[in-house]
Amino acid sequence: MKKYLSFFRLRFTMGLQYRAAALAGIATQFFWGAMEILVFRAFYSADAGNFPMEFSAMVSYVWLQQAFLAFFSVWMLENEIFDTIMNGNIAYELCRPIDIYNMWFSRSIANRISRAVLRCFPILIIAALLPEPYGMSLPADIMHFIIFLITLILGLAVMVAFCMLIYVITFFTISPNGVRAILTSATEFLSGAIIPLPFFPRSIQRVLESLPFAAMQNVPLRIYSGNLTGAEMTWAVILQVFWLMVLVTGGKMLCAHAVRRATVQGG
Amino acid sequence: MLNKMIRAIKLYKHYISINIRSMMQYKASFFATVIGQFLVSFNVFLGIFVMFRRFNSVSGFTYSEVMLCYSIVLLEYTLAEMYARGFDTFSGMVRTGSFDRVLLRPRSEILQVLGNKFELTRIGRLMQAVVMFVYGITQSNVDWSVFRVITVVFMLIGGTMLFTGIFLIYAAICFFTLEGLEFMNILTNGAVEYGKYPISVYGKRMLQFTTFVIPYALVQYYPLMYILGRKSSPAYIFLPLLASLFLIPCYLLWRFGVRHYKSSGS
Amino acid sequence: MITMENVCKSYKVAKRNAGFLEACKALFSREYEEIHALDNVSFTIRDGEMVGYIGPNGAGKSSTIKILSGILTPDSGTCLIDGRVPWKDRIRHVKEIGVVFGQRSQLWWDVPVIDSFELLKDIYSIPEQVYRSNLEELTDLLNLGELLRSPARQLSLGQRMRCEIAASLLHSPKILFLDEPTIGLDAVSKLAVRDFIKKQNETHGTTVILTTHDMQDIEALTNRIILIGKGRILMDGTINDIKQNDLTIDETVAQLYRSYEI
Repeated sequence: MKKYLSFFRLRFTMGLQYRAAALAGIATQFFWGAMEILVFRAFYSADAGNFPMEFSAMVSYVWLQQAFLAFFSVWMLENEIFDTIMNGNIAYELCRPIDIYNMWFSRSIANRISRAVLRCFPILIIAALLPEPYGMSLPADIMHFIIFLITLILGLAVMVAFCMLIYVITFFTISPNGVRAILTSATEFLSGAIIPLPFFPRSIQRVLESLPFAAMQNVPLRIYSGNLTGAEMTWAVILQVFWLMVLVTGGKMLCAHAVRRATVQGG
Repeated sequence: MLNKMIRAIKLYKHYISINIRSMMQYKASFFATVIGQFLVSFNVFLGIFVMFRRFNSVSGFTYSEVMLCYSIVLLEYTLAEMYARGFDTFSGMVRTGSFDRVLLRPRSEILQVLGNKFELTRIGRLMQAVVMFVYGITQSNVDWSVFRVITVVFMLIGGTMLFTGIFLIYAAICFFTLEGLEFMNILTNGAVEYGKYPISVYGKRMLQFTTFVIPYALVQYYPLMYILGRKSSPAYIFLPLLASLFLIPCYLLWRFGVRHYKSSGS
Repeated sequence: MITMENVCKSYKVAKRNAGFLEACKALFSREYEEIHALDNVSFTIRDGEMVGYIGPNGAGKSSTIKILSGILTPDSGTCLIDGRVPWKDRIRHVKEIGVVFGQRSQLWWDVPVIDSFELLKDIYSIPEQVYRSNLEELTDLLNLGELLRSPARQLSLGQRMRCEIAASLLHSPKILFLDEPTIGLDAVSKLAVRDFIKKQNETHGTTVILTTHDMQDIEALTNRIILIGKGRILMDGTINDIKQNDLTIDETVAQLYRSYEI
């Protein structure tokens, strides 16, 4: 645990070193969020009756999405892990006394948290100070907030577990970059990063909600904004846990397989 | 003068050919990037598509009109990115010191930086833009006249120049700092991503900003209104060309950057 | 002829301290430090001369080379090369010089070397005939033959350096700057490179300015040495001026550095 903590500190300090980069990142994400909200506002005023979320819920969804971008961006993959897999150094990792899957998993989590921590608070604070209806609203009650936090972490874990799967799958493919490109953009779209899932036609939304992609940002962001409540919320949390277990188990099995293959090939 | 131009074009063609030959050394990676680049803009398209399954129009623009708008912006941006990618990746040239080599050669700095990278991998996205463009043209009930066709051509020229100017600003900033360049994403990726809808969608203030500060609206919103027959003043035909003048301050900033580089040596 | 008179150059460098707290502090304020890279540097180099420009890392060698090649503008002082001010008359100036950086390549990485040469021919607008005869001569002297057909990335360091040198001489420059041309080369390549530089100087009268840490380069190539330390010219003389009988050239230079406290 201490090891991860010091790794986290190192990352965080590195992030602070580049103050201009941090400020630019915050400004960029803020702009992105604002534009996104302006688009939705235009659609809202065109036909409010057809708008599938409360407008304020949509606003909260967008700001949280920007604040926790580092949690839920599929394309923030770690090249170091890719390289280890591609050049066969994965065989050497075997010699270490740590489980390789767990190591990469916790490292990716630490990496994403350290990136998000630096940026999320300024964005959230500014977003909270904005006037109605563009500002972020508070969650319905403390219970929902706690569930939001739990599902936020679960969502992050599902995302990282999915990325682990991407890393390992590339080991078995001829064109890793092509596979990577297809998987990342498909995930973007299916997880509600481009358009929140409630905006999809009802029948498609049903299907999407049962997929692992919906267990990433879709669940925590909609719980916070009050768009997901009651039995639907419980079901979504159960699905999150389910997909996390499936992805981790699948990832571990494939990882073991990859390690075995790398060893046989002589690494 | 003419002689000089011919020599410059000849050299630029030579640069492109060497770029393409280099790229073909890594065919798998080339196609992967083509696919990746295509998928990014394809996701944007899917987003619009999903929204218009639910809504009939936005700020008075229909689906096919938005398609026309987005396809033109995407064409402008992609063309600029293909040939001016050297500016877009210029931070690397400054960081590795290869701009020194540019200064050591007896040719214009801009020509050499442009020649340094010709991004053929944007071809997939270019094709997407063309398909959407054709769809937009045929479906959006535009009453095509010679003037409207000319307007589209001017939009493409002016927009490509405008994005080139933005890339030039980006490169000029690299002379002063390599930190915080992410901010420039707003003007490049942001402009193409949010240029999918006519700018009036974002409200009056955004329209003013993109009219007078960074003239995106001159290559997007105003000429589009003329094409769709909602504005009739012929002045709208020429607004996109006016936007090319934006290149002048960008060029001056670049000159200033080069001078700074030569006095700071890094 | 190259003349440099009272050239000064200083840089501002941001201080960056280690540690978590320091990083937080740097968010709000940052300290700058002024570094005098060149301090009243003056020298003259005649046409056809071969000069070794030596000094420890950070002494101001590369700043000098950058000023002479027109990439860097000095704060004060004058510099004239064959009547040109390098940084003011960039395009006319760089036509007449060749520059080799030992640690950086000017070849296109993924295409055959000969393709890079063809591109340089267009960049420098070298007339076909001149290009042909230069290429032939360089191929012959540097033994490039087979190398020209392979991409630069597949060449060994020694092979690549031979190609780099050829690339810098295709346009028949009057002055050649060599920045650590033998760094990392194996013994055979080193000898080949030295031998070639010597010949180039003798047969074409090319002025050669060479920076290096390898004193054997200096011993093999030049008579004149300019020693720079902390931005100042400390010595301008010949090897024989400093050479002591019982010491090797490396020991001599080490002692020289010690005596100047650089």
